[in-house]
Amino acid sequence: MSDDQAPSASRRQLFKSLGLVPIAVVGLTACTREADKPADVSPVPGEYKPTFFTAAEWAFIQAACDQLIPADNIGPSALQAGVPEFIDRHMQTPYASGDIWYMQGPFIEAAPQFGYQGRLPVRDILRVGIKGIDAHCAKQFSGKCFAQLEHKDQEALLKSAEAGKLELENISAREFFNQLLSETRMGYFCDPKHGGNKNMSAWKMIGYPGMRADYTNWVEIRDQPYPLPPVDLAGKRG
Amino acid sequence: MAIVKPRVDAVIVGMGWTGAIMAKELTDAGLRVVALERGPDRDTQPDFAYPRVVDELEGSIHRKFLQSLAKETVTARHGIKDTAVPYRQMGSFKPGTGVGGAGTHWSGCHFRALREDFNLRSNLRQRYGAKFIPEDMTIADFPVTYDELEPHFDHFEYVCGTSGKAGVLNGAKIPGGNPFEASRSREFPLPPNRNYLGAELFYKAAREMGYSAYPIPASNASAAYVNPYGCQMGPCNFCGFCSDYGCLNYSKASPNVSILPVLRLRKEFELRAHAQVLKVNLDDAGGRATGVTYLDADGKETEQPADLVLLCAFSLFNVHLMLLSGIGKPYDPVAGTGTVGRNYSYQNLNRVTLFFDDSVQANGFIGIGGGGATFDDLNGNQLDNAKAGFIGGGVIWARQPGSGPIRGITTAPGVPNWGSAWKQGVKDAFRHSFYYEVQGACMSYRANYLDLDPTYRDAFGRPLLRMTFDWNDNEIRASQFLVGKALDMCKVLNPKALSGDAKKTGEHYNITRYQSTHTCGGAIMGADPKTSALNRYLQSWDVPNVFAPGANAFPQNNGYNPTGMVGALTYWAAKAIREQYLKSPGALIRT
Repeated sequence: MSDDQAPSASRRQLFKSLGLVPIAVVGLTACTREADKPADVSPVPGEYKPTFFTAAEWAFIQAACDQLIPADNIGPSALQAGVPEFIDRHMQTPYASGDIWYMQGPFIEAAPQFGYQGRLPVRDILRVGIKGIDAHCAKQFSGKCFAQLEHKDQEALLKSAEAGKLELENISAREFFNQLLSETRMGYFCDPKHGGNKNMSAWKMIGYPGMRADYTNWVEIRDQPYPLPPVDLAGKRG
Repeated sequence: MAIVKPRVDAVIVGMGWTGAIMAKELTDAGLRVVALERGPDRDTQPDFAYPRVVDELEGSIHRKFLQSLAKETVTARHGIKDTAVPYRQMGSFKPGTGVGGAGTHWSGCHFRALREDFNLRSNLRQRYGAKFIPEDMTIADFPVTYDELEPHFDHFEYVCGTSGKAGVLNGAKIPGGNPFEASRSREFPLPPNRNYLGAELFYKAAREMGYSAYPIPASNASAAYVNPYGCQMGPCNFCGFCSDYGCLNYSKASPNVSILPVLRLRKEFELRAHAQVLKVNLDDAGGRATGVTYLDADGKETEQPADLVLLCAFSLFNVHLMLLSGIGKPYDPVAGTGTVGRNYSYQNLNRVTLFFDDSVQANGFIGIGGGGATFDDLNGNQLDNAKAGFIGGGVIWARQPGSGPIRGITTAPGVPNWGSAWKQGVKDAFRHSFYYEVQGACMSYRANYLDLDPTYRDAFGRPLLRMTFDWNDNEIRASQFLVGKALDMCKVLNPKALSGDAKKTGEHYNITRYQSTHTCGGAIMGADPKTSALNRYLQSWDVPNVFAPGANAFPQNNGYNPTGMVGALTYWAAKAIREQYLKSPGALIRT
């Protein structure tokens, strides 16, 4: 997988962009109980300040997003596209608090074909999952949290969560991973008004014209790629 | 103490296609009609106005136009000995809500059933003998014929501005249409839509395989149109926001565009949105409905007395209301007795995706819900069921309702779900792949049924509907056969990669994956009150002033989308009400 080729420079770049340099410092704050306070990790004016995630959760989200959609020459990374901002904002919508899910008990175990049967809405699936992974990391990696792990260890952990091989407290690792991935992809490809897909960069990568919603003149054209850049809900052109 | 509203001639529960048709037909006949819709009122302006409506996150993730499962849902299980669990997150099927119902967020595929779909059981018996039908397969003939419904199929297509090409017109085959269809009395109101690449290549591949491809009848207007009610449609602009969305362009037929503009002006018609019907009220003997009880927008319990009750909710919720209200006897799968809940069926949907290099401009973001191409060479009597090894055929089609990246980008086999390789995979696939689908029939079985859940309740305190459903070997064989044919056909087009999802032997129904909103049966029409909840006019056998039009009336599901049939059946029932029932209220078929 091309993740393996990601140079360590990109990792340094990540922490720089997060305002988390040096790593040792963030490690100390992000993994202690102090970190349950609202995040305060973006001293640079204009950078997004999370209002849902705590500092520890925010460090996780950024590190995980950088694994799921890394920086490379194919297209923007999740961090460049503002995915963590999207997730932080999305967690505060009625959707993430279970507004359109059936949330009544009893909560009994069922075959995977029946979907998630627990009592957590999306935002708590993420919170409980992050806590579970960080607790796992602390045990396995002498007190370090996920964001402090080496690139290859983070990748291996996410892979084992995806495969359902990781045992977490209170939540199925696979369920957590699927929700995290799904949120990450949404933030990557959503309309910029939701906080992600900055500058329509993910749309440009795949050639999506965005919200044009009128292709009357292009239905039968076969010999050239669709020529127009994307446009977003606010009417901005990419 | 419940508020009691003044009595009306008819109360309609639900304002989707069937509710709008009934309201139009009954107000035409001079009846005073009140329609109760559980969701909000909606119209093209402002609810489906550009640009807000095309927000993919709101439409396809927050499911802004669909039912909230927090209020009402079903529970599901595979077998009668299992414990059902709730359908907590929307997956396999997507009921709508609000004025227009699923008729706003449908795609627009607008088929008529084949002639032989109407008499499935007797046709199979005649072709292969009675033993050919498995003992637990409870399929039945429709108690109505194609010829009886033809004028209603025709009318509904004209109401919807359906774009297509007739294959058989007044008995004569004409080129370009479906040669296997039952005869039509008129050409479609509009010509077929133009072809995007996937549809164009579908014709090529079908021709090479010897199949007779034709344009999918699409209620997505190919040109400006005025329907018989004077409602106007504009030509579809291929915006790519069809399924899951209301149409921004007055191009997709819907109750809102095609019927409500007339109804809203009528003094005899009153529409109450945010009116959640809880049950149908019956008289002491239980043989007559006196009206319905609902919660108004503010949550106040309100009674609406009416002489006639029309259950026009989504198919599953028609069955739910009948069970909650005690209309008809609940079906018991062990004893094989009772009628309400029986013969629940679904749709056997499967997809194959073709991946090309970047010289091929598939442009999946260009979308039109119902437009595309299909063929019937493996459907109805064209398929030799004995040779194929299963009952019920299906269609293979090219369809492209529009794919935005949040709705998901299918990547080529072997591409991981994340990382740089995923990025490369979605970049390669997004503009240069398209899919074909296999839409197979789904038979009904003794153990696939609907009843009330013993444990779980909805937001109004009522037991949830419980769905007991699993795939049977017959449908799995059908999936394997039809997907195999689809893959053979795809190879003609030399894609660089190909993926297909035929069901595997022993595979169980997965409610988490979207397949189809074509949930059918549960309150079926039939000739025998012992095995059907409704008679041939969709009238309850047990409570004759209750009619329940919808896909709930299908004894089993064929290979087509149900809306054309649902509309035709509703017009057929409305005609019976107008011409027979109103003259002499009571059972239209004596038992």
